Amino acid sequence: MTKPASTINATACGSLSWHHAWTTGNRMDRPACKASTMTPTVDRTKRPMPRPTPETQHFWSGTRNGQLLIQRCNACGDPYFPPRPFCPACSSHDVTVEQMSGRGTLYSYLINHTGHPGIAGPYSIAVVELDEGIRMMSNIVNCEQTPEKLVIDMPVEVVFEAFTDSITLPFFQPIGAAS
Amino acid sequence: MSAPTLAVVGAAETTQMGVITDTSELQLHADAAFNALADAGLTIKDIDGFATAGERPTDVAHYLGITPRWVDGTSVGGCSFMIHVRHAAAAIAAGLCTTVLITHAESGKSRVGKAPQLFTSAMSGQFERPFGVTGPPTMFGLPVLRHMKDTGLTHEQMANVAVVQREWAGLNPRATFHDPITVDDVLSSRMIAYPFHLLECCLVTDGGGALIVTSAERANDFPTKPVYVLGHGEGVETPMVSQMENFSSSKAFKIAGSDAFAGAEITTDDVDHLMVYDAFAHLPLYGLEDLGFCARGEAGDFVWERNTAPGGSLPMNTNGGGLSYMHSGMYGMYAMQESVRQMRGTAPAQVNGAEVSVSLGVGGMFGAAGCVVFSNVGP
Repeated sequence: MTKPASTINATACGSLSWHHAWTTGNRMDRPACKASTMTPTVDRTKRPMPRPTPETQHFWSGTRNGQLLIQRCNACGDPYFPPRPFCPACSSHDVTVEQMSGRGTLYSYLINHTGHPGIAGPYSIAVVELDEGIRMMSNIVNCEQTPEKLVIDMPVEVVFEAFTDSITLPFFQPIGAAS
Repeated sequence: MSAPTLAVVGAAETTQMGVITDTSELQLHADAAFNALADAGLTIKDIDGFATAGERPTDVAHYLGITPRWVDGTSVGGCSFMIHVRHAAAAIAAGLCTTVLITHAESGKSRVGKAPQLFTSAMSGQFERPFGVTGPPTMFGLPVLRHMKDTGLTHEQMANVAVVQREWAGLNPRATFHDPITVDDVLSSRMIAYPFHLLECCLVTDGGGALIVTSAERANDFPTKPVYVLGHGEGVETPMVSQMENFSSSKAFKIAGSDAFAGAEITTDDVDHLMVYDAFAHLPLYGLEDLGFCARGEAGDFVWERNTAPGGSLPMNTNGGGLSYMHSGMYGMYAMQESVRQMRGTAPAQVNGAEVSVSLGVGGMFGAAGCVVFSNVGP
């Protein structure tokens, strides 16, 4: 298995091997994962962490449990993102939280070459379009961070990485990348 | 064309531009303001309305020594000043005030007395920043690869935007850069955030500018050639570039542009000169398409065929733009300054006979837009 240098240093997690740090699909028993001290150049604790609000907590509780939870409007029938307790298309407050398949396509991206104190670079900043229809920003991981390997519209799937006891971020990898 | 109700009677930039290490951001506002007042033959006591962005209007008004009876602190990024012009037009027409001063200044490079960072958003803080966005270069270009795949826009065409604007900058003594560049130069410059190379990203400088607007019926009472405001528009879409509805088009551009053109009672055929805020090289292409000068996906060819270059049918970003003139952070003010110079006939790269100039500004990362239609043809 190839270990892309652009992601492994930023994401390797304690004594876990790197591919355990990137786990795919639903995972209820999240292993504890403290900040890595493995790399001298990138401090993964310097990645800014989201601060959930009451209206977004379900999303971040979901990622912590290995689930990608998105709201759907029962009036329109459409999913929407980012979270809020009403539909931005029709204002209906009749909404439900659904688990997404975690599969989608790479809709657009750029590759940051300017550095980040908490992320080894160059690294992709991507927009993924989920099969269910919404788009979200993420990073494409377990993939060389090059235009040749990051192909627009390629199929991707969610992987989760814990950063703190309360925050797990959803990343995406090419389907089958970590097999 | 519509009968104008508003006129620009004072316009000026800061005395210096570029790297200004001995002046605070607040004082740069004052420098631009006093230069514009001198241009209009007015004193600060003649100002009864005030607008600014970035800094709080309270801070700048008090520093200038004015207590305005109308204030606008709309701060949605670099297009805020276009929006201030629109709001001032409404306020003056409603009798809320008579003479509005709009200032922009930013110690964008030297960061002397810099105002706090803008564009913090609860939602982008949760759903974008954790993925490594660190500022405009890591955000603004996000839609472009999608746009390229969907429309066929090429890397060479995007690089060429910077090449053409450097040609204009070569004609402008105040521009930061003057030496010609080629597409190869752009594509071999340092990668900032693929697909954007260094020469496709705007400068970071210090400077400012100010406008004074009043009712069109007073326009002939001032020392400079009147520049009328025929139309204006504004719009906001999203604080998160990842949630932009269409990665090939800005909803804010379309709303601001269509309202400005409708208010001015003009079509694209009437426009002699165009400014499109170019924080990055793709923005003029989006602007050309969203304002209707080009069909979707055709702006790359349009610029390649030299329509926007010196001698072309639609001179665009004739000061050299944010890519080669200057860019202190909220560039919209400088786009309007160049529109005013072109309408006065005083631009370094003057477009002969130009009667209608359009300035389109962007705010945030495709988050907002403001558009103003200027003309030197009076009522």
